[in-house]
Amino acid sequence: MKLGNSARSGTYKAVSVIILVLLAFLFLFPLYWIVTGSFKTVQDIYATDPKFFPTEFTSNNYERLLSKRSAPLWELAVPFSSQLSKDHRPVYFSVGPTVPAAFRWLVNTVFMGVMAMILTCITASMAGYALAKKRFRGRGIIFALIVCAMALPKQVILIPLIKEISALHMWDNIWAVIVPTVGWPFGVFLMKQFSESVPGEILEAARIDGASELKTFSTIVVPMVKPGIGALAIFTFINSWNDYFLQLIMLGNGSNYTISLGIATLQSETSIDHGILMAGAALAAAPIIIVFLMFQKYFTQGITMGAVKG
Amino acid sequence: MANPAKPMSRALQRREDVAGYLFMLPSLIFFVGFVVIPMFICIGYSFTDANMNSKTNPTTFIALQNFIKLWGDKTFLAALRNTFVIVLVSVPAVCAFSLWVSSVIYKLHSAALSAFRCIFYLPVVTGSVAVTVVWKWMYDNYNGIFNYVLTKTGLIEQNINWLGDEKFALWCIILILFTTSVGQPIVLYVSALGNVDQTLIEAAQVDGATDFQVFWKVKWPQMMPTTLYILVITTINSFQCFALIQLLTEGGSGTNTVMFYIYRTAFKLTEQQGHFGYANAMGVVLAIFIGILSAIQFKLGKEK
Repeated sequence: MKLGNSARSGTYKAVSVIILVLLAFLFLFPLYWIVTGSFKTVQDIYATDPKFFPTEFTSNNYERLLSKRSAPLWELAVPFSSQLSKDHRPVYFSVGPTVPAAFRWLVNTVFMGVMAMILTCITASMAGYALAKKRFRGRGIIFALIVCAMALPKQVILIPLIKEISALHMWDNIWAVIVPTVGWPFGVFLMKQFSESVPGEILEAARIDGASELKTFSTIVVPMVKPGIGALAIFTFINSWNDYFLQLIMLGNGSNYTISLGIATLQSETSIDHGILMAGAALAAAPIIIVFLMFQKYFTQGITMGAVKG
Repeated sequence: MANPAKPMSRALQRREDVAGYLFMLPSLIFFVGFVVIPMFICIGYSFTDANMNSKTNPTTFIALQNFIKLWGDKTFLAALRNTFVIVLVSVPAVCAFSLWVSSVIYKLHSAALSAFRCIFYLPVVTGSVAVTVVWKWMYDNYNGIFNYVLTKTGLIEQNINWLGDEKFALWCIILILFTTSVGQPIVLYVSALGNVDQTLIEAAQVDGATDFQVFWKVKWPQMMPTTLYILVITTINSFQCFALIQLLTEGGSGTNTVMFYIYRTAFKLTEQQGHFGYANAMGVVLAIFIGILSAIQFKLGKEK
């Protein structure tokens, strides 16, 4: 009986693994299709019997993608100039050389991701520490508000957010995408979970030794919650990179686009040119996939910690 | 700080208050400014006939009229129905599938485990725009891979216009949504399965329990909090399904969802009177639905 059981579970396991491998190929297929599609010739792309592998490699799709539009590589505005200038247009003090717009979109997206990441990590680790270790009055209410906001569909907030952003003259500015990302309370929640594990005795000892609050935080707490900060950093970067809806409603001008938004616009302009679209998709997906593969370990940790109930 | 149960002296409490709020301040500026305030704007505008351009159309308070109008809006009701179809199909499918995948992979060699976990997570990382663009090509009427494979294998006789046909479009979107949703639940289930109390499993095995029994009687109850969390996040994600709709069908062929309709009402129907207030009213209704569903899931999870 026992033997039959384990033999049966052995077959079950083998069959499951085979099915899983097949499924894994299916899950990878869209990516494979993007990469090969981006190198296919026009004939291959429009063949009614699709070529599973390009008959001939061409960089033509990428060339056409890059030549479609151009934009300055960077435009640095005087801080708050759009709030203060008469027509609410930003005043630029430095404008980069003209390059294919896709490069500018990548620059915008990286800037957005990195800024959102840095700001989120700083604000969330401070707030998470305070919520976990400081017994200040009103702490319960703030934490309840954070949990409620997390359960709320983010996109419901984004529509009214437009009103606020345009009132602040921030619309069509990459910061309009960054600030709501930083405000999203998931990071605070995550960092609270990590900060709980900092032993109170160490903090007490530091205080008795006369260390200031800021010093205690930066020299004792931060090193101890480093894995959490790593997880939050990679999580924020990937999420903001892919937050298409927020980018769509906040950015309106071609040169301020993110790469996702740029590709989406290309799709509505050239809905039938799959070659260009695959090149664009490859350009949009490659950097973020590389980042993900590099920091996969932190990422897994972050997702798991966020789920542990607080 | 050492013992929260012990009442603190007033001076110490003051110190904690000041330090606590100073540490909270940077985060609170962003949280209150760009999450809490929009939340109130949303509720406030849902009772008005506000327009995007408030200069030409002064905003007036119209009480519950938006909500009453919603009740008779056929487009909204169809969108609501589609949204529920998406949620009711994709949430159980995602949960069951990710549970099965995790139960197979969590015992594998660690390299194989992280390879599988990574592959199932990739569609999430790739980003909705890149994913949508390639799926649109795969669904293509003339040179899409689906029609080619299915006609070659004889499963269908003629090419199907997947995204243009009301019978298929919504299901095509659910399929993409499914592939981009299972990544996170798999990561969560794998770690939950790894955390199951080993002594309980061994005790059950000594008593002669089969693998199947061990799974349902020992592991499953211990993973309830994880399942609950997965149900809630998957529900929220499915409700918010937006990019797929906007980029694939523009809400056509019977795929309109509440989230897409909110977007369209707020930004595309600009000639309509009071469209902005109306969109916000829909947002409030959507938030209420999600709130109710999350509460039900929590209640069910607590009881078990």
